[in-house]
Amino acid sequence: MLDPKALKYQTSHEWVSLSDGVGVVGISDHAQKEITDVVFVELPKVGRTVKAAEACCVVESVKAAFDIYSPLSGEIVAVNEAVVKDPALVNREPFGGGWLFKVKASAPNEAAALMDLKHYEEHLASEAAHGSH
Amino acid sequence: MSASTTIRRTPLHESHVQLHGKLVDFHGWELPVQYESIIKEHEAVRHRCGLFDVSHMGQVFVTGPQALDLLQKVNANDIARLKPGKAIYSHMPNEAGGIVDDVIVSCLAEGRYLVVVNAATREKDAAWMRRWAAGLDAVVDDRSDAYGMIAVQGPKAAEVVALLAPQAPALPRFGALELELFGQPSFLTRTGYTGEDGFEFIVPNETAVRVWSDLLTMGRSFGTVPCGLGARDVLRLEAGYLLYGQDADDEHSTYEANYGWVVKLDKGDFIGKPALAAQKKAGVRRLLTGVRLLSRGVPRLGAAVLVEGREAGQLCSATFSPSLQAGIGVGYLDRPGLPAGTPVSVVLHGREFPAETVKVPFYLSPNLKKGA
Repeated sequence: MLDPKALKYQTSHEWVSLSDGVGVVGISDHAQKEITDVVFVELPKVGRTVKAAEACCVVESVKAAFDIYSPLSGEIVAVNEAVVKDPALVNREPFGGGWLFKVKASAPNEAAALMDLKHYEEHLASEAAHGSH
Repeated sequence: MSASTTIRRTPLHESHVQLHGKLVDFHGWELPVQYESIIKEHEAVRHRCGLFDVSHMGQVFVTGPQALDLLQKVNANDIARLKPGKAIYSHMPNEAGGIVDDVIVSCLAEGRYLVVVNAATREKDAAWMRRWAAGLDAVVDDRSDAYGMIAVQGPKAAEVVALLAPQAPALPRFGALELELFGQPSFLTRTGYTGEDGFEFIVPNETAVRVWSDLLTMGRSFGTVPCGLGARDVLRLEAGYLLYGQDADDEHSTYEANYGWVVKLDKGDFIGKPALAAQKKAGVRRLLTGVRLLSRGVPRLGAAVLVEGREAGQLCSATFSPSLQAGIGVGYLDRPGLPAGTPVSVVLHGREFPAETVKVPFYLSPNLKKGA
């Protein structure tokens, strides 16, 4: 499991762990609790080029489908087939076995605009206060 | 739902908060969509026992020397077949054969009936019944505000309910009885909306919390868990039950909803009978049809269903079925009479997913004995 403190977050609840120019992307523990009971994950195709904040993946629960937005621009270089076979991994291990895809960052400095855990938690608190989901 | 609508709470609201239920606005009622997990709650009902707060449902008492005449007039099913202590599922048709509501009518005694109606249609239903009660010696009394309603569903339900009501296991399927619970006159029917064995308590608001907490506490050893509307919707769709407002409404008839068995054309006159008789003779032009995805994916409300490449209708209810491990849904298709297994496709996220028509119910519980 990755250390949530070492990750970067965006407001749409994806996290990214960037090292050597490749970002591993998943959804936060908060997001998996909100989505609940993931039953299907549609991953992006390896080789696809995505822009930061572009929807490229769908996580579906019993009740609804949720678009997942890439936190960074770049090329999808790997996807986690394990979550296709066992979608509940996203619920059980959001910061580990439930990762979704890896993106080779074309502009790694985009990560500077993302939130650290402290700011993300403040964002969650303000979302809760405004009752928006 | 408009923001100005006052949200209504059931007598069990505090219990849901304590149990960390995820509360949502359901037709103006604040109710838990889930507690821990829809999948886990669904699994509990299919294999053990689940408890549902269905206090938003309405209770309309119909009494008087001509109560039966009124109920016969407004129902498509044959209420005269009901003996005291029995309940029956029915549709109340309008003049065009559309469905005013789907209801469960219990005969408590001769000339004394309890009609359980849907939350969103309660006022409409009571007004409808009163309209047709004119000239009849029958009283329509909407007592919904006075009662809470708790469903206990699953193969262990009889054992759990027996802890509060020892006479429950002897109650037949669709049996109905009046009983005293904590000193209050209450009702118990062996009915439900899950496709499992189960019971529904109708109790005065004052005792609802005690009934709920006793069932939950004493039922723990049987694996009883509280369940939300999310699990309830998945369970009922798997079992092929209609959700009024989605799968059934004033515009679609009982025959179109594929519930023709409810209509008893031989019982005498009732509202909507001429329209329904004509439709039965001519055949329907659209039919509520079950569809199952053959690939991974979850169909959603409003998804188009293509037959031979042409849109034949849209899904009005759809979900992932944990029992079938597949996406399922129902929709009114303008191709009635498609045999089960007909290849179709469902449009999701702008793409066509292979699917096939299936006979509803999608899931038949092995726990329910045939004919039970």
